[in-house]
Amino acid sequence: MLRYEMICVGAGPAGLAAAIEAAKNGVQVVVFDENDRPGGQLFKQIHKFFGSREHRAKERGFNIGQAFLDQARETGVEVTLNAVVLGIYENGAMNVMIGDQVKQVRAQKIVVATGAAENMVPFPGWTLPGVIGAGAAQTMANIHGIRPGNKILMVGSGNVGIIVGYQMLQAGSRVAAIIDAAPKIGGYAVHAAKVARAGVPFLMSHTIKQAHGKECVTGATVIQVDSSWQPVAGTEKEFEVDTICIAVGLNPTTQLLGMAGCKMTHVPTLGGRIPVHDLDQETTVKGIYVAGDVSGIEEASTAIIEGRIAGLAIAHRLGYMDDGTFRKEREKQSQSMKGLRSGSHGERRAKAKEYLNAIMPAAI
Amino acid sequence: MRIEDHPVLGKFEKGQKVRFSFDGKSLEGFEGEPIAIALRSNGVLIHRYTARRNEPRGVFCAIGRCTDCIMVVNGQPNIRTCVEPLKADMVVETQQGRGPAKESEVSHA
Amino acid sequence: MTPDSSLTGFLTEEELKEGPGIPSAARRGKGPVAVIECLEDIPCNPCESSCKAGAIVVGEDITQLPHLDGDKCIACNTCVHNCPGQAIFMVDESLPGGRATVMMPYEYRPLPAEGDGVIALDRAGQVLGDATVIKIRQTRRMDRTATITIEVPKKWSMRARAIRLKT
Repeated sequence: MLRYEMICVGAGPAGLAAAIEAAKNGVQVVVFDENDRPGGQLFKQIHKFFGSREHRAKERGFNIGQAFLDQARETGVEVTLNAVVLGIYENGAMNVMIGDQVKQVRAQKIVVATGAAENMVPFPGWTLPGVIGAGAAQTMANIHGIRPGNKILMVGSGNVGIIVGYQMLQAGSRVAAIIDAAPKIGGYAVHAAKVARAGVPFLMSHTIKQAHGKECVTGATVIQVDSSWQPVAGTEKEFEVDTICIAVGLNPTTQLLGMAGCKMTHVPTLGGRIPVHDLDQETTVKGIYVAGDVSGIEEASTAIIEGRIAGLAIAHRLGYMDDGTFRKEREKQSQSMKGLRSGSHGERRAKAKEYLNAIMPAAI
Repeated sequence: MRIEDHPVLGKFEKGQKVRFSFDGKSLEGFEGEPIAIALRSNGVLIHRYTARRNEPRGVFCAIGRCTDCIMVVNGQPNIRTCVEPLKADMVVETQQGRGPAKESEVSHA
Repeated sequence: MTPDSSLTGFLTEEELKEGPGIPSAARRGKGPVAVIECLEDIPCNPCESSCKAGAIVVGEDITQLPHLDGDKCIACNTCVHNCPGQAIFMVDESLPGGRATVMMPYEYRPLPAEGDGVIALDRAGQVLGDATVIKIRQTRRMDRTATITIEVPKKWSMRARAIRLKT
């Protein structure tokens, strides 16, 4: 059995940040990722990020991703790709399938940074070729350089829906409309303004009734919903589109944590069932930490800070950092986080995280 | 469908141009890109028909999770084409239901 | 009543009028000046940190709105390509003959050429009419956000916020 001081599951922004922070302080770290390239979803993020200089604001996601990979290399973080963690067992034991071989490994500390999966909304025709997740649209256009479709209906007006809508315009597709059953646009106003002035209409209080087409999507019917989310007969609108893109939120990928016995709780603001964790990102199972979307759906920039906090806490617990330094460093990250979890979009997430942290006070 | 000049990403780096077969037709794609991308660039959206209702399915998640895009590749069924890299001379076929059974699974009773 | 931006996605002139990032008509008449169309408390301050003239202030709490001091703005254009929300424009109403220029961030392809005729669009993407591209800037530091400056009738200076290429 291979032994490590720290294993990180997931090489996205949260996992890499945790690994780098720990490795910088002397911890021996390996990161497993099931994909054939590291960076998680960062390399699909081609827009400039918000925040301030310390959050790398105005830099594009994929450039931040590249900087992370460089830093991981410099700090001696070992990243193993095509590595699927099958299970986390007692005392930090883990089965990981690398290529087609299953290996047993053990770590003193584990960071689970497995991210999130997309939510779905079922409707007649939703299985037709041409109905895709917003993430799929992003992957096709920004990684593989192909337009998912020529004319797109976007379902969901959160930041993902609007940003991917904008990216579809950049890819050369037309966006017929962005619809949302919610009464108000969910994403940032500046993102919405960007696509609105490109001529993309927003249809709020509208849901998709049906996708049309026999072999693949040829159109869609959308319908208005009332204040109790019921369709209003006679308000149907037809769109001639070849692609319907679904961006109705994300849910944390928590299976590994569930099987490891971490206590879970339901926090709708953070995307549903999430692991209870303290200020240091440690779960109810000692030695297992979480960071990023798996610990509650937020953003890449907040995921990075959570990762850093987990990395610092692990360096501290393993004796690579004294109490005073740890407290100081953690405070610095908390302050940086406070900036991102404020304002009308961030406040609700800040409250939800406070609720979690109140359930489980930090170790020091 | 390919993006020639992206405002942020410029030109996409791709492998060598290769030919592969799709349901008997010879198509072109780039080596190393997912099979699904090469298919889409040739206008192919239907990857398979479901076992019970014979309904068409195509790419849905594009990251190897949902398995909606599985096809028969080089005779092997259930290959996730959104993550399987394209190689020269690959034989890609629309999957019908669960795909062709392996010899070991065929009942000779 | 026109529906507000939380329904349509675009800010109305009514919503923008009181915005702390909008320079006065008098200032706009003196020469190019930043117009910051950011009215939501999102955590973001690259406009402030990229302003060498100290004309934009967000403050310690980065969710506060950017405040513009039009008299300090030297129209260096840095904020236009640095704003991650592409919410800053540069407007010049000092041109003779009732003309004005509007500079906007642009992240699409193909880029028009200087001298090209284009169609000016308003915040809703509705056609205003013909405009001429007078300047295109794209440097390494701008990190793939080009800026396009168009000349329009002065009455569109606070309305023209996008373009559509002809043909």
